Amino acid sequence: MRIKAEDVEKLALMSRLELTEEEKAAYTESLNASLDYMHSLTKLVTDTVEPAVHVLPMVNVFREDRVEIGLDHKQALANAPEAEAGSFKVPRIV
Amino acid sequence: MQLYTLTVHQLSELMAQKKISSVELINAYLERSSKIEHKIQAFITHTKEEALAQARIVDAKRMQGEELSPLAGIPVAINDNICTAGLKTTCASNILNSYIPPADATVVTRLKNAGSILIGKTNMDEFGMGSSTEYSAFTPTKNPYALEAVPGGSSGGSAAAVAAGEAAFALGSDTAGDIRQPAAFCGVLGLKPTYGYVPRTGLISYASSLDQIGPLARDITDLALILNAILGHDPKDSTSATVDVPDFKAGLVNDVKGLRIGLPKEYMEAGVEGKVAAKIQEAVKQLEDMGAICVEVSLPHTEYAVAAHYIISCAEASSNLARYDGVRYGLRVEAEDVLSMFMQTRSQGFGDEVKRRVLLGTHVLSSASYDEYYTQALKVRTLNKQDFDQVWTQVDCLLTPASLTTAFKIGEKAQDALAMYLSNFCTIPVNLAGLPALTLPFGLADGMPVGLQLIARHFDEQTLLRVGYSLEQNTDQTSLKPDLDRE
Amino acid sequence: MSRYEAVIGLEVHVELKTATKLFCGCSTEFGKEPNTQVCPVCLGLPGSTGVLNKRAVELAVKAGLALNCEIGTHTWFDRKNYFYPDLPKGFQISQIFRPIAHNGYLDIEVNGQEKRIHITRAHIEEDPGKLIHTGESITTSFASYVDYNRSGIPLIEIVSEPEIRSGEEAKAYLEKLKSILEYTGVSDVKMEQGSLRCDANISVRPAGTTTFGTKTEIKNMNSFRAVQRAIEYEIDRQIELLEDGGTIIAETRGWDENKGITVSMRSKEDPDYRSFLEHEISDIKLTPEWIEEVRAALPELPDARKERLVKEHGLPAYDAGIITGSLALAEFFDAVYEKYPDAKTISNWIMGELLRLLNARNLELSQAKITPEGLAKLLELIKKGTISNKMGKEVFELMFEEGNDPEQIVKERGMVQISDEEQLAQILTEVIAQNPKSVADFQSGKKQAIGFLVGQVMKATKGQANPGVVNTMLRNMLAEK
Repeated sequence: MRIKAEDVEKLALMSRLELTEEEKAAYTESLNASLDYMHSLTKLVTDTVEPAVHVLPMVNVFREDRVEIGLDHKQALANAPEAEAGSFKVPRIV
Repeated sequence: MQLYTLTVHQLSELMAQKKISSVELINAYLERSSKIEHKIQAFITHTKEEALAQARIVDAKRMQGEELSPLAGIPVAINDNICTAGLKTTCASNILNSYIPPADATVVTRLKNAGSILIGKTNMDEFGMGSSTEYSAFTPTKNPYALEAVPGGSSGGSAAAVAAGEAAFALGSDTAGDIRQPAAFCGVLGLKPTYGYVPRTGLISYASSLDQIGPLARDITDLALILNAILGHDPKDSTSATVDVPDFKAGLVNDVKGLRIGLPKEYMEAGVEGKVAAKIQEAVKQLEDMGAICVEVSLPHTEYAVAAHYIISCAEASSNLARYDGVRYGLRVEAEDVLSMFMQTRSQGFGDEVKRRVLLGTHVLSSASYDEYYTQALKVRTLNKQDFDQVWTQVDCLLTPASLTTAFKIGEKAQDALAMYLSNFCTIPVNLAGLPALTLPFGLADGMPVGLQLIARHFDEQTLLRVGYSLEQNTDQTSLKPDLDRE
Repeated sequence: MSRYEAVIGLEVHVELKTATKLFCGCSTEFGKEPNTQVCPVCLGLPGSTGVLNKRAVELAVKAGLALNCEIGTHTWFDRKNYFYPDLPKGFQISQIFRPIAHNGYLDIEVNGQEKRIHITRAHIEEDPGKLIHTGESITTSFASYVDYNRSGIPLIEIVSEPEIRSGEEAKAYLEKLKSILEYTGVSDVKMEQGSLRCDANISVRPAGTTTFGTKTEIKNMNSFRAVQRAIEYEIDRQIELLEDGGTIIAETRGWDENKGITVSMRSKEDPDYRSFLEHEISDIKLTPEWIEEVRAALPELPDARKERLVKEHGLPAYDAGIITGSLALAEFFDAVYEKYPDAKTISNWIMGELLRLLNARNLELSQAKITPEGLAKLLELIKKGTISNKMGKEVFELMFEEGNDPEQIVKERGMVQISDEEQLAQILTEVIAQNPKSVADFQSGKKQAIGFLVGQVMKATKGQANPGVVNTMLRNMLAEK
């Protein structure tokens, strides 16, 4: 059940986090402590229990298909770390 | 008269009688902050000039005889995970260090419409992940009762600001007890409304099925006034309830005769500190003296609530925090390609505890662990809710400690993430079930505030206020003031 | 007969025809400046919360019913978690666990053979934004721009069972799907605007076996024709590879339209999307009564309309199939028929001239200038003999290009046909006099010589003489001699 450093490395990539070797080691230990604790739930037999998704019922909450004013172009890009040509700019993808 | 110790309704009265102006009031608070903020460090951003400008507008309206809300002209602090248009909103994270929202959160709009004066944005654990504000990327906030102690968290800055007289009231957010535990640690009142009763639009998500905005204040009447202003349906938030909002202020009664109050045994058996237990017993006796019927009840799945909550909150957080990728806003660490940019931005932008919870969340949602952890946690969430449904057939509300201990020391738990999480043992089941709960001070133990927690049925905030108000009117234990001038 | 059988499943993304996005009120209008139709919700700004567009649900249910699907009475949304610059929240809101529609089918016809292709599921999801690369392609770009106008636009993804066996079947499936979605008003289904996109999963296996081979996923196909070509290419590629003793790699391949080949884009590592329920968006619960109401309100679908054209108008099934394959064409047919109730003639003109010109000019019917009223008038002119059939084609082309009234065109161009015998008699006399050899040939039994003489008359009248009348008159006049 316990996770290893290479599992943490995989989780980090999936989470888009870069970890140093020391961090990997530290997280391996600390994640295992938390996971051990979380694992205590498996003591409960829950075969007949429905998973709770919404604590309060939430059904058919809709909006009408009416256009609303969004952000103006300047506002949309206001927080962009890098903007060009009216768009958000990112470094090469592959 | 020290204006910064008065309640909202007292200040409102003084302004209505034109004994003080809002500008004078804001100045009094700013002066107070200038004296003590360096000790407390409750704020990330102060809004001095803008606050005074707003106060002048409110004063002018009052001079023209305009009818004003009881919250008009009153200085409010807002947790820094609640969006304020044009004003930096950081979540106490480096990744949002310079983020300026284009719009106010719905609750901020509602307070502004009521004429409240935003005096600053308060410190917190990064993204709400923590119980002490030690996980703020900027600085830990100190407990006004003992500067070496934590104020609690994550809304620790808000609790400390209200306790220390740096804001008349505050809005915090509560995912695991993040309003109630710091309120208890700092000797003020904190209320987590029913999930969905306060709009979440503009609240930056940590674990969105658990997060709820709520007030921190100095007495029950103030809480009632704030609830009147911020509760109610928001068409922009799918999770927003369409339940009517009563006039909480008008509904305040000093009477608990015949009210059935449950005392869940699992809370008292969970290792509660002796001095805290003693105060709880005292409160029970007080309530019984006032005619309430206190009975022991059982919530058998309480011991599993923290683990279930931990799994669910990390799972949701891993997804909710995926948007911080350096493309549209917030920190970007420049890199050759998108993947390295994502990785480096997030690694440098998030603090250790946030990364830890994101990794945990990613793990419990990954296909190999999903059923074992995530699905099981959702099932336990059902059991937790069923526990409460069951006790509501026996009692009208529950009384528990707000925390098993009084405020712990800075550094005591910061290195032990699990111990930190467990410090919310008393408050977590409420978030899982989406219930409303109130914590209020009940005297001191060894010089530190002790908090009571009251829990009621969904949308029954009125019963919480009723019990709180009755305690407040019949004892002198609920109104505490720290002595910050001692040093 | 090939020793291999291809197994093809299609995933088609169709943009729902709503005015606003799936979870916010931003406009879905196509072709606006980048990042001008955005708001906190579709930019994924911190603290934003969305609310589901009711119209999108209604359209998705309509699509599901038109595709003979079962509609889920309790469905919901889930989050599909992955990182990509065009994905503003770091997750896509989709229906992973409970699609709004499942277990449907549509019928196609290839080479006169009917075939039923089953539909596994159709689910609602939001579109990501759009990447614009600074270089020629994603691989040669040093940077890319992100436009979130498309972020949050409602889509349905329609997933077929792997029952398609050829590129031709795939194309027929897509054409049928397109016409059904068009008929129901669910989507504009414009591939060139990205409102219909198709990915194909392809594998091959020895004919007669039932286990699946390793599949590849083909992307970047911009037309139905491209889908067909890409599939045909990919089938051949896989078979060749196997024949040569190679193995198929599970990968995503892109279609290169210019080179006519598929190229490897990335290996399919099967990412773990960590999908879980989207607790911030409402569940959808539909009553069977409501679903039946939507079903009852569905318009006539392509198959039924085809049937009607065959039964009521006696059109050949082939013609009816082509005409009803496109809603615009079917409506055009009906509108002409209202003014000029001769179905076969209308059908001939649609199948002949109209489709020929549309294909030649690569236009949609809506872009052509000809109106149904105009065509009806033109057919009337031909019927009355005012102009010849041949002239009619010329007029048709002018109407198609410029949209003028046929009577006006005929008048302006002096295209009126001469049928008057008195007028023609003089010309015929002259032609007979000038062509004694042909006259002699005809009279000596070479009956085909008459053609030459008719041609001369047509030439003399600049094509305006009614050839039928000329023919009869010539025969009479030459017989008299």
